[in-house]
Amino acid sequence: MEKYVYIALFAPLVGSLFAALFSQRPKALITGVVTSTLLFVSFVASVILLNHVSQVGAVHVTMMDWIQAGDMSIPFGFNIDQVTAVMMTVVTLVSTVVHVYSNGYMDHDKGFNRFFSYLSAFVFSMMVLVMSDNFLGLFIGWEGVGVCSWLLIGFWYHKADVTRDVNPSISPSWAANEAFIMNRVADLGMLVGIFLIYWNIGSLQYADVFAAVPSMDHGMLVTIGIFLFIGAMGKSAQFPLHTWLADAMEGPTPVSALIHAATMVTAGVYLVIRANPLYSAIPEVSYFIAVLGTFVAIFAASMALVNRDLKRIIAYSTLSQLGYMFAAAGLGAYWVALFHLAAHAFFKALLFLGAGNVMHAMDDELDIFKMGGLKKAMRWTYLYMGLASLALAGIWPLAGFFSKDTILEVAFNEHTYGIWLILWFTAGLTAFYSFRQVFLTFTGDERYKPLGFHPHEVPKYVLWAMSPLALLAVIFGWYKDEFVAFITHFLPTYEMSEHTEHFVVILTVVTTAIALSGIVFAWFRYSKGLKRSAKVEQSLPYRILSNQYYIPILYENVFSKPYAALSHAFWEEIDQQVVDATVDGIATAIKDGGDSSRKIQTGNLSDYLKLMSGGALVLVALVLFAAMQN
Amino acid sequence: MIPFAFYLFAILITGLFLVTVMSKNVLYAMTSLAAGMVLISGLFFILGADFLGVVQLIVYVGAVMAVYAFAMMFFDVTRDVEERHDKPWLVFLLGGGIAVTLVVIFAAPIMGETVHALYPPVAGATNPQAVGLVLFTKYLLPFEVASVMLLVAMIAGIILAGKKMEISLSAMDEDMIADTKEHA
Amino acid sequence: MITMNHYLILSGILFAIGLVGVVRRKNLLMLFFATEIMLNAANIAFAAVSSYYHDLTGQMFAFFIIAVAASEVAVGLGLLILLYKKYGTINIDDFTIMKG
Repeated sequence: MEKYVYIALFAPLVGSLFAALFSQRPKALITGVVTSTLLFVSFVASVILLNHVSQVGAVHVTMMDWIQAGDMSIPFGFNIDQVTAVMMTVVTLVSTVVHVYSNGYMDHDKGFNRFFSYLSAFVFSMMVLVMSDNFLGLFIGWEGVGVCSWLLIGFWYHKADVTRDVNPSISPSWAANEAFIMNRVADLGMLVGIFLIYWNIGSLQYADVFAAVPSMDHGMLVTIGIFLFIGAMGKSAQFPLHTWLADAMEGPTPVSALIHAATMVTAGVYLVIRANPLYSAIPEVSYFIAVLGTFVAIFAASMALVNRDLKRIIAYSTLSQLGYMFAAAGLGAYWVALFHLAAHAFFKALLFLGAGNVMHAMDDELDIFKMGGLKKAMRWTYLYMGLASLALAGIWPLAGFFSKDTILEVAFNEHTYGIWLILWFTAGLTAFYSFRQVFLTFTGDERYKPLGFHPHEVPKYVLWAMSPLALLAVIFGWYKDEFVAFITHFLPTYEMSEHTEHFVVILTVVTTAIALSGIVFAWFRYSKGLKRSAKVEQSLPYRILSNQYYIPILYENVFSKPYAALSHAFWEEIDQQVVDATVDGIATAIKDGGDSSRKIQTGNLSDYLKLMSGGALVLVALVLFAAMQN
Repeated sequence: MIPFAFYLFAILITGLFLVTVMSKNVLYAMTSLAAGMVLISGLFFILGADFLGVVQLIVYVGAVMAVYAFAMMFFDVTRDVEERHDKPWLVFLLGGGIAVTLVVIFAAPIMGETVHALYPPVAGATNPQAVGLVLFTKYLLPFEVASVMLLVAMIAGIILAGKKMEISLSAMDEDMIADTKEHA
Repeated sequence: MITMNHYLILSGILFAIGLVGVVRRKNLLMLFFATEIMLNAANIAFAAVSSYYHDLTGQMFAFFIIAVAASEVAVGLGLLILLYKKYGTINIDDFTIMKG
């Protein structure tokens, strides 16, 4: 089995390096084909491993000793257990689809080869993240996906900065830096958490760490849990580090599908699931995670209600669904979180790729107010996006129904009725904004015609490439029982109480009812065409929501601008006045000293002899002095 | 007798060497230097270093001074050497300072009493015999190296002095010498 | 009684005279004379120490110093002649091409 581990891990790396060879050359189709093929190989290896894990059990390999320093011993090891196998399969499946899709999407882009190199490098980093058997390997993958995310968000780095009114993300390079810096802030927290783990336990291996958890001081566990969760908050864009995710939509759409919906942003959830023995031991932190997740769920959903940007709406819905996952994980239902993670990866990637099709057809136009009636031109895309939205809204029998419904049951079962209520209400909002988007894009009057767009369906193979995601978005939920049986070999089981069992049917009906009502409301409001009301758009709540609660502006004024002013002050006052002046002063002193002492270089031998004699006199005098001391 | 001889030689050597360093005439300087060398060999004889005294006479007075004498043929010995002395006091300060310091060092009883002879003279042998015994046993390698060095120096002296033999400054008039200088 | 210190003091004085010559002389030939004086001063000291400690090592050193002095004269005078041929002077005040 060991070889499959290495194949799954290194195939994307090989693809990335291969594509990197061509990075400075014009488009070569071979880079796309080779990277996609290698990704598929990786996917097959992952499936074999998944099968092996389910039949036999976890696979553990140690590739080499990595850091050996004093008492510190960190091997480069990989552990393929149930959680990892699920993550690997999800990551490689979505990656393969996105790679094939990108062959079509990036067809006319100058950076075609570069794009595939970055994309495969991302998959490799993500595999390191999920496969590592210790926290440091996880951290390396964590940083690796951060770098690839930065590279890919800023893929069109040549676009100039614009004001927030024109584009809320300002520019791809600005968005990339925002994402990178915000993640660094969070990663510092994670690093502190890892340091604390090593300090207290003396090992970073998951097995050692989680074995040591029961015997540790509770206060220290809380501290470690908080710091690790800060890292997870950054990567999974939880409030207050959420602003980068929406801005990250500046990257190419396949990137949004792969990184900012299906895989990287779920790394935070993965970390919490992975560290479940730790978080089970600190219920207060877990409860905080659940509350924060719930807050983010409704907070992000509310912003999606009024947004006009096709990709931003999906980004907010991703944020909202991540909130659901954290709520589930925080309430102790770790397998539910993982289940929703996998289901969400499928339908959200599908949704994004569908959005990519629309963008492609509309010449990169993202404003849904300028679309409408696209279903005639893009029948398959309409079907895919409709399916994905239904799954997102949680309509039976699609994947989202099973996962989201279970999360709501968990919230009910834990007697956290506040959380349940909010998540329930958010489910309605989710259904509404999803279908607002679908209806505004695909039905009603054809608002794009006066604007001169000529939409067309994407190539057949792109549609085929998306079909596995569509299939899984439909059927994944049907295998919930098998999934539970498989995953609970590793993750703790979660049993609903008798009390909840009584209400299951009612809960399901209530949840489906609000989701359906959201869809119906969206249908009445938008399916016939766009009816804009200036009064609503001028109202305070609308403006607050469309400006993302003014949080980006707040951050800019509270953090960015003072920090820039501080940096400027340090540059002019400290760096130039003190550091530079000191260095210049030393140089000037040496130069002046050289200038004044070159006078003794007369070129006349006699002068040199005089100097030498003076030196000899000093030496002899020293001898005399030394002799007199004795 | 020995103190008298020592003081006589010491005073004469000092005087002659002072003439060497102070005289404006090259011929005087060289002659007094040669005389001083001869007298130094006298000091060696007093010290019982007979062989060293003979070598001093042969090498210094015989060979080195002869080479100087040949070299001096390039210059007009009847004319005083023109030297510019901008800071005469500095010269005597340095020389006097070192002299006083050395004298103080040597006059003070700071010499080690624990010095043991490494190669004492062989009993019954004369000084040249004793020197020969040490020189050709313990110091054979340095001796050979010194001989090679002398050979190298000889060849170097011939090559260096032999360059531009075809040019004779003494056969030139002033303008030609000036031309030569410009070309250089 | 003449002690070793007498010789050493004489040696020191002669060395100082040589040093005065080295510092004072501007004519290169005269400079060579001064260096010979300094070498001989050292020789006297070696011979005296050798004699008073009954050790031939000092005399050996004196021999080698004489050999070095002879080589120095041969090479030094060769260079001196070359210099004189090239510039027509051996006054070191005239050579300041290395002025910094």
